[in-house]
Amino acid sequence: MLERTVHAVEVRTRRTHVLRAALGYVFPEHWSFLWGEIALYCFVVLVVTGTYMTFFFDASTTHIVYHGSYAPLRGQDMSRAYASAVHLSLDVRAGLLARQTHHWAADVFLAAITIHMARVFFTGAFRKPREVIFWTGLTLLAAAVLEGYMGYSMIDDLLSGMGLAIGWSVATSIPVVGGPLATLLWDGPFPGGTAFESRLYIAHVLLVPVLIGALIGIHLLLVSLLHHTQFRGPRETERNVVGLRLWPAYAVRSLALFAAVTGVLVLMGGLVQINPIWLYGPFHTYLSENGAQPDWYIGWLIGALRLVPGWELTAFGRTLVPNPFWGGVLFPLMVFATLYAWPLVERRLSGDRTTHNILDRPSDNPWRTAFGAAFATWVAVPFFAGSSDRIFLAFGIDYEGQVATMRVLWAVLPVLVFVATLRICRAVRDSEAAGRAEASADPA
Amino acid sequence: MSAPRREAAVAGLLLIVAGCAVAFVVAYATDAGTQALGLTLGAALLALAAALAAAGAWILPNEISEEPRRPPAAEDDEKKTVAALRPAGASITRRRLLAGTGAAAAAGLAGAAVVPLASLGPWMGDTLVESPWRRGTRVVDVEGQPIAADALDPGGFLTAFPAGADIDATGSPIVVVRVDPRRLRLPEARRAWAPDGLVAYSKICTHAGCAVSMLRSPLFSAHVPGPALVCPCHYSTFDVTDGGTVLFGPAGRPLPQLPLSIRSDGTVAAAGPLSGDVGPAWFGTRAPGRSGGW
Amino acid sequence: MDRRATAAAFGVALLVAATTMLVRPPSAPGGESGPSLIAKGRELYLTGCQSCHGTDAEGVPGVAPSLRDAGASAAQFMLTTGRMPLPAPDQQPVRRTPAYTPAEIDALVAYVGSLGGPPVPRVSLAGTVLSRGMQAFMLDCAGCHQALGRGGVVTGASVPDLTSATPTQIAEAVRLGPYLMPAFGAGTLDDRTLADIIRYVVWARSPHDPGGAALDHSGPVPEGMVAWLGGLLALVVFARLIGKRWQP
Repeated sequence: MLERTVHAVEVRTRRTHVLRAALGYVFPEHWSFLWGEIALYCFVVLVVTGTYMTFFFDASTTHIVYHGSYAPLRGQDMSRAYASAVHLSLDVRAGLLARQTHHWAADVFLAAITIHMARVFFTGAFRKPREVIFWTGLTLLAAAVLEGYMGYSMIDDLLSGMGLAIGWSVATSIPVVGGPLATLLWDGPFPGGTAFESRLYIAHVLLVPVLIGALIGIHLLLVSLLHHTQFRGPRETERNVVGLRLWPAYAVRSLALFAAVTGVLVLMGGLVQINPIWLYGPFHTYLSENGAQPDWYIGWLIGALRLVPGWELTAFGRTLVPNPFWGGVLFPLMVFATLYAWPLVERRLSGDRTTHNILDRPSDNPWRTAFGAAFATWVAVPFFAGSSDRIFLAFGIDYEGQVATMRVLWAVLPVLVFVATLRICRAVRDSEAAGRAEASADPA
Repeated sequence: MSAPRREAAVAGLLLIVAGCAVAFVVAYATDAGTQALGLTLGAALLALAAALAAAGAWILPNEISEEPRRPPAAEDDEKKTVAALRPAGASITRRRLLAGTGAAAAAGLAGAAVVPLASLGPWMGDTLVESPWRRGTRVVDVEGQPIAADALDPGGFLTAFPAGADIDATGSPIVVVRVDPRRLRLPEARRAWAPDGLVAYSKICTHAGCAVSMLRSPLFSAHVPGPALVCPCHYSTFDVTDGGTVLFGPAGRPLPQLPLSIRSDGTVAAAGPLSGDVGPAWFGTRAPGRSGGW
Repeated sequence: MDRRATAAAFGVALLVAATTMLVRPPSAPGGESGPSLIAKGRELYLTGCQSCHGTDAEGVPGVAPSLRDAGASAAQFMLTTGRMPLPAPDQQPVRRTPAYTPAEIDALVAYVGSLGGPPVPRVSLAGTVLSRGMQAFMLDCAGCHQALGRGGVVTGASVPDLTSATPTQIAEAVRLGPYLMPAFGAGTLDDRTLADIIRYVVWARSPHDPGGAALDHSGPVPEGMVAWLGGLLALVVFARLIGKRWQP
């Protein structure tokens, strides 16, 4: 049976030798190398649950009066988009499971990308020859953030509508061209024309997922062409790969992880409520609620918008740089520009232009690790500032005081973290070196 | 554990997968609800994960292997590739001419391909947001009913709109607040804008466009911050007594104020347009003058 | 009987009657509101309130407001929610265990009510419509109190959670506008809409949660925590189980 199948495939493709090579492909086994796969499988869950939901969602800004099953919304004016999302959540069997699994998958997708990126950074996996893989990964991160934002904003509920208002203000804050650009995207001034909802929809359902899919394809192709990196070990060298073969060992493990990702997300989708849009009601420009927050992966941006003082650059009676630009455009540009530039910057600063297939442990490269920790701190401070009102409610620490303190911390804490991390890494490296020296000097 | 035992364990797990999957179908058929659906399907998938992990660890071969990485290409290998590419340009004599015109052609086509995107939106005029407020526009509530000036008690606030306008357009919503007239400190040019202490401001925050839906309205003025409109998004705080100046927060411009007048029938109307551009700024937003006017 | 005995009997009877009147057990609200309740309230006032609010409830400038024309409604709100007495005049009044017994509160309310102002409101939820309440709440209240009345933040103060507020307390607070809250008179929020809002606030304590554990309805912040510490952590642990540790 197996022979007949293989023979049939060989005759029709002439490529079973490629299959053979692929089956024998060796994967290093370290558990932190699986984090990228967690992200990949989250994406699969997103596509499957997302496709299911497209069968029910109505991407229309036409306003109707709700007369559905949910009493608190009856008689309220809302868009068809919102009404269809409420209908999917409350009336369609398994609809809420699909929606909640999808939303949890989005949150976990971004969390997995973040820890995967951190692992890649702190082990130096982005070094030559893998810079392009790193850059596709960063683009995936940016695309995923945008995709998540568009996904929950499509529903036109009060919470996400507030988020779109802020997105609009960030777009209009781009100097000179921001106003026309935003009006173009939104089909008119905020809240946008009739075409805006369908643009969000097509971008979220087709354009960005295709982009993400293509980037994942390039990302994985390059990983396989160059072979995985690995940690130093007794058998591992720069010229080999040590680990498990794809077939059957690694494939089964990977499928197990796939099942685990799907299982955990479905479990969360059924047991833990997320984004209960029917409770927020439909969006109107004249409504807002206290304690409104974006999804977690945008927390660094709401924090930046809260921390930057009310500076607006005016010139000749016009507003050259509106306030949301600093926190909403400049800050994320700086963050991504730093990340994109890092492989080249590190190469220049360290003078190291060789190919690397063996990974560093974080303590092996104190400067990189210290910089990475400081950079993460620089992003983390606004992340926490974004929830300052929650911190005030939970712990009683005055809001205005937090803002003032975090402004200072934003500048000072990364420096402190840099110095501390550098010291710790060097101490670890030195004590290990001393340990090795002792062991080799020991005559026993 | 011996091999048959291990395989039995994996088989057991696979049975659990099947069982939970059936339970999911039953839960669906009986409309058992989201929790039942998630629990059954989630359990099935997690049992599958356990079965596969156990199979990988206990049953299937999982020895450590080694394979060499592809060595770097030999030097003449790369030379051969370059040699294969080079002939394309071998017989070109006027390289710069073709390169230049080629670039012009590419740029032209790229531009032509992008230009239809301009149809996506209306061409903006001088103003991003056209506000419908004019002198004489009647002030109405969310149901379209005119507002009586004495309906608002001291310390109260109301969301209001221009009669006949689209209430969702950002230029429409205002907040009307009754302040103690003795506490008003409006600029000279706006003294007449607040009859009987009734002041009105645009409800759209000049920072990032959220509705400014909080009014800080002290019942007793000792020990508390003064009356202010506060936005719940980033806590921009605007003083209602002096023309909407920013007291705290990232807003860079005061809230535009709407001058009010009280008609002969006691209802409220606008006495002119808003004092500034509505909502978050863009390049064309006029920087506020000292008196808050144009 | 001789005249002295009759007079004495009369006097004793009078004394007994007077004593009985004074020690009669307190009645339900709306029951006894006669001069004796007000007098008792005045006594309590002088012990517990006059240091801030003045000997005759005229207020002390820079310390505490006058209670004349504040009304029984305001007094009942402040006392039943434990906001008053306030430990120090510059603190934000917050919900606490009431410092007085219900009987004492009745007396204080009667006393303050006798100084003028709105009486304790009667709230009836008959004929209210939940969706009207939700719309009105979203328009006028959610900006401070959050979509489900869980409370929030304004610059300079915290906004209370409404999940323990009784219908009467809500009605009282809406009309009074305590501390930094706006005062919504009948002109801006008629009694019918107020009743709708109260119905919504009571409903919002246990809203419709078909999705599972509601995470206290606090939104994306706890959701993000669950994503990291629930979902991702579980998957990272699974990866650790099926993967290999680094060994030098």
